[in-house]
Amino acid sequence: MAHAETDAQGRILAADGTPLKQSLQRALRAQKMRALLLIAPLLLFVVITFVMPIGDMLLRSVQNKAGTHYVPDLIPNVAEQIEDWDPASGELPPEEVFRAMVVDLQVAFDEKNHTQLGRRFNYESPGMDSLFRTSGRRVSGLDLETDGPFREALIDINDDWGDLEYWATIKANSGYYTNSFFLAAVDMERDSTGIAQKDPDQRIYRKLLVRTLWLSAVITFCTLLLGYPVAWLLADLPARKANLLLILVLLPFWTSLLVRTSSWKILLQQEGVINDFWVWLGFVERLSLINNQLGVVIAMTHILLPFMILPLYSVMKTIPPSYLRAAKSLGATNWTAFWRVYFPQTTAGIGAGGLLVFILAVGYFITPELVGGADGTFISNRIYFQFSAIGNWGLAAALGTIMLVVVLVLYYVYDRLVGIDNVKLG
Amino acid sequence: MADGASSDAFVEFERVQKSYDGETLVVKDLNLSMPKGEFLTMLGPSGSGKTTCLMMLAGFETATHGDIRLDGTSINNIPPHKRGIGMVFQNYALFPHMTVAENLAFPLEVRGLGKSEREEKVQRALDMVQMGAFGGRRPAQLSGGQQQRIALARALVFEPELVLMDEPLGALDKQLREHMQFEITRLAHELGITTVYVTHDQTEALTMSDRVAVFDDGRIQQLAPPDVLYERPENSFVAQFIGENNTLEGVIKEIRGETCIVQLDDGEIIDANPVNVTEPGERTKVSIRPERVEYNMDRLQEGAHTLKAEVLEFVYMGDIFRTRLRVAGNEDFVIKTRNAPDQVRLKPGQQIEIGWLPQDCRALDA
Repeated sequence: MAHAETDAQGRILAADGTPLKQSLQRALRAQKMRALLLIAPLLLFVVITFVMPIGDMLLRSVQNKAGTHYVPDLIPNVAEQIEDWDPASGELPPEEVFRAMVVDLQVAFDEKNHTQLGRRFNYESPGMDSLFRTSGRRVSGLDLETDGPFREALIDINDDWGDLEYWATIKANSGYYTNSFFLAAVDMERDSTGIAQKDPDQRIYRKLLVRTLWLSAVITFCTLLLGYPVAWLLADLPARKANLLLILVLLPFWTSLLVRTSSWKILLQQEGVINDFWVWLGFVERLSLINNQLGVVIAMTHILLPFMILPLYSVMKTIPPSYLRAAKSLGATNWTAFWRVYFPQTTAGIGAGGLLVFILAVGYFITPELVGGADGTFISNRIYFQFSAIGNWGLAAALGTIMLVVVLVLYYVYDRLVGIDNVKLG
Repeated sequence: MADGASSDAFVEFERVQKSYDGETLVVKDLNLSMPKGEFLTMLGPSGSGKTTCLMMLAGFETATHGDIRLDGTSINNIPPHKRGIGMVFQNYALFPHMTVAENLAFPLEVRGLGKSEREEKVQRALDMVQMGAFGGRRPAQLSGGQQQRIALARALVFEPELVLMDEPLGALDKQLREHMQFEITRLAHELGITTVYVTHDQTEALTMSDRVAVFDDGRIQQLAPPDVLYERPENSFVAQFIGENNTLEGVIKEIRGETCIVQLDDGEIIDANPVNVTEPGERTKVSIRPERVEYNMDRLQEGAHTLKAEVLEFVYMGDIFRTRLRVAGNEDFVIKTRNAPDQVRLKPGQQIEIGWLPQDCRALDA
């Protein structure tokens, strides 16, 4: 080092006079290219099947689309005319807006888009679906030259065109982007006076979100409680026995998730094995173990248990038994030796297992769907319902985005509290 | 030195046996007695039962049969944490999530000592191993030798009367190991603690101990001070295991009190000191240390038997010369000579005659 050549800027030079850094980079370039080529297939796969769908989801949560078209592209004239109208004035929009609606609806009807529009607005104000569906044909029969004024004409076709709330909804959702899906996802809505909470009996998503997080936390705790001793036993046994037991831990993975969940149904139901045994023991009342939160916790704890045991095991295996012996030789009781010496060294495994189980649980779908009943469903079940049964992709995407953000926030908090470097998966 | 079940014994093993599988005995009929303040080393090859003995004393293994007593009371049923025995582990077993000071405070804390008393004792123990400034560090930030010192300090901080050490210097390099050997013996003697030290390194055993117990096959083969062990091994295992040793095989011809005549397998006759041979006609392994072989005939006694030898190899080792010979068919016969100004340097191919004092050549069991 002391005798290495340097150039005018003080950079160290290689033997041929090029800067050492540049020379090193050149030497490593081939190696880097080869590494890149090796990961390219997976990278491509992840980008196409993971990053792009998530990006699409994030976009859909704010895009104001009816079917495949943006709403303002379907009602361009209305979108332009309604801008100056203030719903707070308490008056219906001016004649130009009604005329614009007739013009846009005629085009939409010709291209068979008016029902999509109706469904889009219906998400915000129930009833607008039928308003658009029923009005389509009759509006297309109007003559723009002769049949004005169109305010009366439209109200004549359907009284609901005179409803101020409906026009407010149209105004609020006439842009390319909207926050209405996110508002709906947190049980809020926009009425003529601004943004407000939904009626208490219509609030579901916040409750579902809290329930999902709470049950996931309970499940994580249960897997820790059951998995910790098992992992310890595994780490303590000689390799041959440990491997055999490890296979037993992994055995559930060889059975379909659906089969495992269904078998819990058989075990836990009213006339199921456990209840029959309960009654045989002499109890009169049968337990309701399924189609509620208890059922979800039992079944998911079982299903997610390996994800807790494996990281714990891999961490515990690296802790030599001499630590416990040392603690005892220094005068610690079994419990003190465990709690002060062994346990602190396993926190990395608890962190890894806990994070893994919690994040898996938060997104779980099949098990809560099958054994959750009415009060045991997770937010993922609602997301599925929104896009498969209702077709409201925007709301489903907004809910998904919120879940993503919540998990990322939790991850961040965890990182600040525990430090992600302390997490060991193997 | 006390033996058997003497009353002033501090640590006692009486007829102790240990089996892990119920089929083979790892420790067979162990009897050992240590007075207070002694530094005793258990030396032996791996699998000889020495570590098992230490673990039984510490309480991590239970004796299958027999009695282990500490200061007169049987400790067979006392759990390890109530025995009050300090222990230094092979890889130190310093708790990685605690600082050095916390590690040292741990045994005091579980004993319920107050904060100020703890801090004082911790500091004193750290100063004792010259690590006074390292209390705030984590074990991972220390070098091997420093970790070793901390492990020692932790085992001593609660002032136990008995300290066990399980190959504590195994992970250190040679120079540091020699330094720590000295350090440990100094501390042990200064503090007057009784020490049981386990190692497979014979140099360590010889340099550190008051007495050495040589283990093999689950038994103590010989229990003696280092000089006795080296100079007067009682059987061929000890002779082979301790130090470098030349072995010649033969048959006892005649025993005359302190000396005997041995006829080697190639017919040569030598003088030897009968140790654990009794009858003429018995097979024997005679053992002679490389530095006790003489090839300067002037120094031999009148009428001593000598052997012909051929020099095979000469190795210059600095302080000594190591010469390999062919003697009575044995091609691994080694002699060591001091590098003195007048010393002869033998050359390969040279034919010489060698001999020794009869008392240096020990006729042992075959």
